[in-house]
Amino acid sequence: MTNIVKYIFRFILFILVQEFILDKVPPIHQYVVPYLYFLFILWLPFSINRFGLMIVAFITGLAVDYFSGTPGLHAAPCVLIAYLRPFVLNLLIPQETTEQSYVEPSIQSMGLGAYAFYIILFTFMHHTYLVFIEWLQFGNLRFFFGKVVATTLLSILLIFTTELLFFRKAKYRTNAA
Amino acid sequence: MKNIFIFIRIYFNFISFVALQICCVLILNKYSKTHEVYFAGITNEVVGKINKKYDNVYSYLNLQTINRQLAEENARLRDSLKDSKIYVSGKTDSIALLKGDSSSLPQRKYAYLYCRVVGNNVSSQVNLLTLERGRLQGIYNGMGVVGPQGIVGEVVEVSDNYCRVKSLLHRKTSVSAMLKRDKNSGTIEWDGTSPSYVILKNIPKSAKIYKGDSVVTSYYSNYPPNVLIGTIESIRKDNSSNFFTLKIKTSTNFFNLEYVYATKNLRYNEQHSLEDLKLKLND
Repeated sequence: MTNIVKYIFRFILFILVQEFILDKVPPIHQYVVPYLYFLFILWLPFSINRFGLMIVAFITGLAVDYFSGTPGLHAAPCVLIAYLRPFVLNLLIPQETTEQSYVEPSIQSMGLGAYAFYIILFTFMHHTYLVFIEWLQFGNLRFFFGKVVATTLLSILLIFTTELLFFRKAKYRTNAA
Repeated sequence: MKNIFIFIRIYFNFISFVALQICCVLILNKYSKTHEVYFAGITNEVVGKINKKYDNVYSYLNLQTINRQLAEENARLRDSLKDSKIYVSGKTDSIALLKGDSSSLPQRKYAYLYCRVVGNNVSSQVNLLTLERGRLQGIYNGMGVVGPQGIVGEVVEVSDNYCRVKSLLHRKTSVSAMLKRDKNSGTIEWDGTSPSYVILKNIPKSAKIYKGDSVVTSYYSNYPPNVLIGTIESIRKDNSSNFFTLKIKTSTNFFNLEYVYATKNLRYNEQHSLEDLKLKLND
């Protein structure tokens, strides 16, 4: 029960930070838009079932969308990363090991390399799909990838900062949970 | 039915993923003008392509009807040509017209009847065509037959619903023709060699002749005047006579005739009875 409350608070916090801090930042550059909210999806527990994960991601994306006035725009990439997350996690963490018993993805539970790969891959994927669905074309390829890469780098920087600021205690899964 | 449920269970995640993506796009489509226009553009493009394909098939199936309609329309248009009318009184001033003197109006001399070609031959010395139009539809012997590109031949036999046409490619063809440039007239004959060439004789050597000149029907022929016969291909000078012998490339392609027009000379009977009378007096 406490876990669910914790995730609801986290959800609200992420949305508020995204909407009232990051989206209010004056545009740094035409390439660069700061995004952090999707970290919520990446931080959801291992044990969540895939359909539930997609629904949660959809709601997250839609919440951001309604604040920014473009319903559907962020929901689509969120659903995409939620759909692909279990595949990648299955590849990155060996089954039937002690690590599986951690609750959610973090540096402690996955190891730095795997976790970094996980974060970078999904950040890149999210931004690529987001920019694509925003423009509905690849357009000028250099501008497209410039925007995706610059936004990805900034997001990774923000995620790194978040990891430093809010140290999550790596919890083991218990029978009670 | 059971298989469908198994399929849905196996691919449940993927199906729900696709469904959610579609939801996103639909929501986006509803709220964002840009996206709405974009997706509407895509659907229009796709629907347009399918419609075009359908239209191609449809118009192909309709070609028969369209050909007939075009032939009808051409017959009408030819009817209204200047050359199918004559000016009887010689004066065409508008005052006479205002007074109601209709003799100054052009009077119709030629009418065109479109006919479908149902038999055609080009390989023998005496080539004949068969048209699907006969006595009951207003065909009579001696009518000139004109194709889309030029003259074709002359009606020689008529039954109730069909007629046979002596093609221009016939050993006994003799059509009065003239040079479009200076109206010098001569006679078209066919030497029986190539379906694409006929011979123009009796053009006086005083006439100025160039390769590529148009040869048209003269005012003395059974055809309406100024209908294209062909263009001059080569010039042969015969030193022993005062006339040129010209090789003419026919403008009509006799290999693929489909619709032709029989020309009805509305003054044919009058003219021919008069000419016959004259012959009797000479005897």
